[in-house]
Amino acid sequence: MVSEPLIRVTGLRKTFGNHRVLDGLDLDVRAGEAVAVLGANGAGKTTLLKVLATLTRPTRGTATVAGHDCAKDPELVRREIGLVAHSPYVYEDLTAAENLTFWATLAGLRPSAAERTGALATVELERAAGERVRTFSAGMKRRLSLARFVLARPRVLLLDEPFTGLDQRAKKWLEEHLASFKAGGGAIVMTSHSFGRELAVADRIAILAGGAIALDTPRGALSAADVHRLYALHAEDAS
Amino acid sequence: MVWKDFLVERRSKETLNSLFFFALLLLFVFQFALGPDRERLAGTLPGLLWLGFMLSGLLGLGRTFVVERENDCWEGLLLAPGDKSAIYVGKLAGNLLLMVVIETVLLVLFGFFFNLDLAGILPALAVVIALGTVALAAVGTLFAAMTAQVRARELLFPVLLLPVQAPVLLATVKATEAVLLGEPLGSVAHWLKLLAAADVVYVAVGVLTFDFVLEA
Repeated sequence: MVSEPLIRVTGLRKTFGNHRVLDGLDLDVRAGEAVAVLGANGAGKTTLLKVLATLTRPTRGTATVAGHDCAKDPELVRREIGLVAHSPYVYEDLTAAENLTFWATLAGLRPSAAERTGALATVELERAAGERVRTFSAGMKRRLSLARFVLARPRVLLLDEPFTGLDQRAKKWLEEHLASFKAGGGAIVMTSHSFGRELAVADRIAILAGGAIALDTPRGALSAADVHRLYALHAEDAS
Repeated sequence: MVWKDFLVERRSKETLNSLFFFALLLLFVFQFALGPDRERLAGTLPGLLWLGFMLSGLLGLGRTFVVERENDCWEGLLLAPGDKSAIYVGKLAGNLLLMVVIETVLLVLFGFFFNLDLAGILPALAVVIALGTVALAAVGTLFAAMTAQVRARELLFPVLLLPVQAPVLLATVKATEAVLLGEPLGSVAHWLKLLAAADVVYVAVGVLTFDFVLEA
């Protein structure tokens, strides 16, 4: 039996003034599945994530997460998602442990010291737990951002260019972490404008062009050369 | 939220240091403007004291959500599941703490600069200041959230705040004037009731509308 999609986007349109960023976008993502949304700069990848994360409302169409409508029930959607955006949502003058405690408390969690240490260990930041985030590299901040979701355990991860700015070790760690999240039944939507490690993690590749999904195909069905060729055909032509 | 803001402020010392020097400068300006004429001073002191509180409040309260713009933490707050009014209450509590600190400093400096003996009237003065400060911080916190994402926030914040604070300013100045003249609090009960009512209304409006402000 095929399960209901954890994420379902139907006929999504988003306009900013006269500019139509998304126009008739459809996308389904099931539990245990990761979709890499590829697109040129300005294609609407971040806008799609913001709609799914309830940060912006669609102009037309619907987006649901775990059956909850992103526009009508944002509070219910927020309990199901973890968003890792370009900005890591961390306070520079707090330590890693303090940041984690703050966000966990705000989410209604009461993590014990052991759970907090465990979450930091998962993202390999346990040694930097007491250091101010101001001293962290971009990769460390991104890992700290992910540590929040080790505690909160969302069913859906929304990642905006997650591998950007990470060194090789951090990329490998993130790849393993996302594979483990998928294996646990989570759904992932990640965006990218390059052909990086996102493709290795993804089960499907969706090319966003002209405000809609121009191509949605299983990753295994394509070689790297095919992906480049199709991306050039759809995404770059549209831009 | 209070704990987080306290830690950030303790480490960065951005707001308190600036407010302390601002308060000091303000008193120098008042001193130079009014001179040593004690009769003239007596009439203007309550107004000056609240002008000091208000101007310091404009600077301090206006920065309430500046820290949330760092690394887009504002979006993180928005995405946190649950009742957003808890964020408002936390920010309000933090602002009350900040205002108490800066008002205490200002009061001590006022006593020193204008040679005032405040010891005898301190309890009555504290009641007036507490009532006025809650109203100022309640509206200030809400308007700081409203203007946090606006480009001209530094301009818009006082433009929004000052008209709403007009009745509070009137009541606090009148009540402070009576207290400085040694009158009992009972003689200004009507002003104190107005302040208490403003506190209840402003805090209630903040709690009830903060969710919409954050989502907007």
